[in-house]
Order: sequence, then structure tokens, then C-alpha cells
Amino acid sequence: MTIPSTLGEVLAQQGVSRRALLKYSAYVASILALPAGASRVIAENLAKARRQSVIWLSFQECTGCTESITRSYSPTIEDLIFNLISLDYHHTLMSVSGAAAEHAREAAMRENKGKYIVVVDGSVPVKDGGVYSTIAGQTNLAMLKATAKDALAIVSVGTCAAFGGIPQARPNPTGAVAVSEIITDKPIVNISGCPPIPEAMTGTLAYLLSFGKLPELDHLGRPKAFFGETIHDRCYRRPFYDKGLFAESFDDEGARKGWCLYKVGCKGPIAYNACATLKWNGGTSFPIQSGHGCLGCSEPKFWDQGGFYTPLAAQAGVSGELVGTAAVAGAAMGGAAAWIARRHQRSHLAEVEALDRSPPAKSKG
Amino acid sequence: MELLQFARGPALTVALAVFAFGALWRLLGVLLLERRGVYSAPRPGAPSIFASALAGIIGKMWPHATFLKQSLFPVLNGYLFHLGLAISVLLFAPHILFIKSISGLSWPALPSNLVYGIAVVTAVSLVAALVHRLTDPVLRLISRADDYVSWMLTFLPVVSGIAAVSHIGARYETLLAVHILTVCALLVWFPFGKLMHAFLFVVSRGETGIRFKHRGADI
Repeated sequence: MTIPSTLGEVLAQQGVSRRALLKYSAYVASILALPAGASRVIAENLAKARRQSVIWLSFQECTGCTESITRSYSPTIEDLIFNLISLDYHHTLMSVSGAAAEHAREAAMRENKGKYIVVVDGSVPVKDGGVYSTIAGQTNLAMLKATAKDALAIVSVGTCAAFGGIPQARPNPTGAVAVSEIITDKPIVNISGCPPIPEAMTGTLAYLLSFGKLPELDHLGRPKAFFGETIHDRCYRRPFYDKGLFAESFDDEGARKGWCLYKVGCKGPIAYNACATLKWNGGTSFPIQSGHGCLGCSEPKFWDQGGFYTPLAAQAGVSGELVGTAAVAGAAMGGAAAWIARRHQRSHLAEVEALDRSPPAKSKG
Repeated sequence: MELLQFARGPALTVALAVFAFGALWRLLGVLLLERRGVYSAPRPGAPSIFASALAGIIGKMWPHATFLKQSLFPVLNGYLFHLGLAISVLLFAPHILFIKSISGLSWPALPSNLVYGIAVVTAVSLVAALVHRLTDPVLRLISRADDYVSWMLTFLPVVSGIAAVSHIGARYETLLAVHILTVCALLVWFPFGKLMHAFLFVVSRGETGIRFKHRGADI
């Protein structure tokens, strides 16, 4: 049996028809908001694509991102394609292999110099030389720099890798930073979320394989196709917001009727993600549909935004002490100004009265 | 998010502090002034001071019949944008949540779409007020920089609020930050410019009413 060299051959060998590949390509094109003609290009390029070498580094993370991508609803063709990339190193999945896993990573870097993709989940601790997280005796910082050196591109999966995430939350004891703060000379795609939507990850990889370039990104380096709109704008509860119908608590009539969760802390208006459209668990539901407000987990510093259950509009960091002091000072100034004006008025009146009392001057001549 | 955090944190705190300081300074500076002496007996049938003040405040809310025709547009337009501003500021759910977070006070909101529509009408009305000011020769002659600055700082929060709700021009959080910063500018300017009329019109009209009624003059 010959070893297939392209993705098309691998898929054919596994019984995946061209029709199924076309259907998947159309799906990827639609979720990436590409024109209809792009699906054909994706299908052709995916079929011709060689298995992409991928090195998956897991740093300060909870494995939720890996859970998300490996437990996406399956079996689907996107899972197959994901399985059929050459995942040469995955720290979490290969941890029991010990030194052999590290050798596999080094071999993949050597053999695919300049062509491999580095997927990172987890933030990178940099405080005290990065000693707070090590793999095989190597700090995450050193491993990232060494692995990224000859990479084609980097995909930061999850909010921790993309923006620092929960490890970076105050007081950030390990000095956690995002991948983009360390690697500045390579193309980086951020697929944020805690965890990210599986289709956002597979869709971005499919785009990379199909077009050999990064998809259009927003100012935070995220694919616009998945992070171009807010949860609020695409939320099925949006009409209730527009009508002014809000759940005031999680067990009131409004909550039971499925009204807008803005008042119980939903961060949908500032969260850019595709949860409201792609949803989770095979398009079954997403947090708001399950009755909980959006946490805004795809946004930088979402953990330090002032409370998950505090309404967005109520998160003003106003110092009442300063305003109160200013009010007291203003009242004192007003009182002092009035007092000075009163003194001026009285002295003026006294002068007028003194003039009235004084005898009139004798006219000359 | 950094700009938004700055806007609703330090910027809003400083703006509210300046507003509280300036508004109380000016208000108490006027209210604690010594009242002018009354050296004549009131005309027969002159109402009490309170009723006279009330007559001054309410009576001046509509122009005298003599001037009605020429002041109909500015008066009606003035009512339109004043009511529009009050509704947009006080009856929009996110605004109420914000006020509740800093004062503990809360009240029912109007539907967000309705407030949005009212805000658009308010913005148009404000533009009409500016056009009237610029095209009326007398009004233009007596207008000072204060008038234009006050107009601009009232207009900007309205349009930035509309833009934030409808996501026009930039991302929501950027527009929200800009909206809050324009409100901060308004708060800082408020006590020191003509916008202070929001508080002082009651005092000045009331005092005018008292003097007029004392002399038996019609309001």
C-alpha cells in the first residue's frame, strides 16, 4: 500500500468522497464568509495540500482548548481533516512519551524547517526567567522562542495564548504574557475564547491549508470571519434588549421567558465571537441559550473586567471618595464666594448710607 | 478595552469630581447671596413669594403672545431637544444601570429602540438649533464661543451614543469609550458654561417672577 502524500489521497483512502469534501469546503467557505466560488478553490487546494506539520505547544493552560478541539462533535469531515494534519508534537497528548516526544518535536522542526505551523495554547510566564512553567527542563519561554524560530506561522489558540487570559489576571504572579508579546517576527493568528469554538480552530487551519496565507484578521489578530461581530448583535435574545425586556435575576419571570440577560451581567455587547451563530456541541446551544450571560471570554483581560454578574453599564470605576471630596470643596468655595459677595454688598451699602447721611456740599457761586 | 477602562474609570471620576465641584460652587455662590432688600409695599393682590416664583418659572415656559410667531420655532425645537435629551439620558436601560451603580437609584426604562429613535430626533433637532443660531442675524450677533462650545459638547454625546448603539464607524467598545469621554467633556464644561442654565434657570426665573409680581407686572 502506498503512503498517501496529499490530503486528497488520504481522504480517498479513508472513504471520504469528493462530494463530501466539496460539502465541507462549502461549509468552511460559508463560516469564513467567503464568496461562493471560494468553496471550489478550498476543495481543490485541500485535496492537493500536503499534510501540514503542526507542533502543538501547551503552556500555562487548563487543557480546555485541547478538550474543545478534540471533543468537537464527531465524526465530521473537519475532524478528519484535523486528524489528518501531521500533528507531530502535542505536549498534553504525548506527555507520557517523555523524551521521545521532545525528540519528535525537534525532528519535525528539522524536517519541516520554515514550513511547520506552531499552535500554542496557554500563556507564557516570563517572571523570574520563566521558571514557573517548564517542560522537559525547558522553560515555556525558551521552548516557544526555539520552536517559533523556523515556523511558517503561529496559531495562538485560546484566550491565554492570545491575550494572557486567566494566568495573566491580577495579580499575575507568574508574569504571564501572550505569545504575541514574545514572538514579533512571525505571522500570528489569535483564536481566542475560553475555550475557542472548535470550528474557529479547524476553519482557520483549513483556510491556511487552502490558501497558504492567513485569513483576514481584526485589530487583535483574530479571523474576522469568526470574530467580526459581537455576541450581542447576533444573539437571538437581542429583540428583547431592543424592547427593553430584561431578566432582573436568574430565577425571575424574565429569565423564564428568555428575556435579555444584559442586566444580570451579560458581556455580549463587547464580546466578539461566533458563539451565537456557530454555537457549541454540534450547534446545539451556547451559554446565553442555556440561560447564562456571556462572560466575554474571547476578549483581553476578561477576568478583570469587574465581575461576571455586574451589568456592563454598571462597571464604571468611579471613585466616590474623590467625587465626594470635590463636592465638599465646591460647596465650601460656593459658600466662600457668597460670603465675600455679601461683605462686598454690605460695605457698598454702608458707603451709600454714609453718603446719604453726609450734609450736601454748598454750591459755589 | 484599555481606552474603555480609562474612560469609565479615571476620566469619568475626574469629570464627575469637576462637575460636582463646579456645580456646587456656582449654585451655592448664587443661592447664598444676600437677598436684595424690599423697600416698597407689594401691589394689592400680589401673590406670596412662593407663588410668584412658581408663576415666573412656569409662565416663562411659553413665549408671550406678542413674540409667539417669531419665537415659535426656537421654542418648539428647544422643547424637542430638551425632552429628547432628558429621555435619552434618563430612560435608556444602560444609563439607568450606570446611575444605579453610582447612586443606588433606579427606575423603569423605555424600550431601547424607542430611546434610540428619540436620540436620533434629538440629534436632528440640535442641528436645527445650530442652523437657526447661524442663520438668524440677531442670534448670531449675540452668540459667543460659550454658545457654540455648549452646543458641541451637548451634541457629541448624543451622536456618539447613537453611533455606539448602532455600531457606526468603529467597534462597539471604542465607540462606547468615545461616548463616555464626550460625556466627560460635557461634565467638565457644564458648570462653567451656559449649560449651567439647567440648574440656574429655576433660580433666575423664580427671582424674576418674585420681582414682577411684587410690582404687579404681568408675566
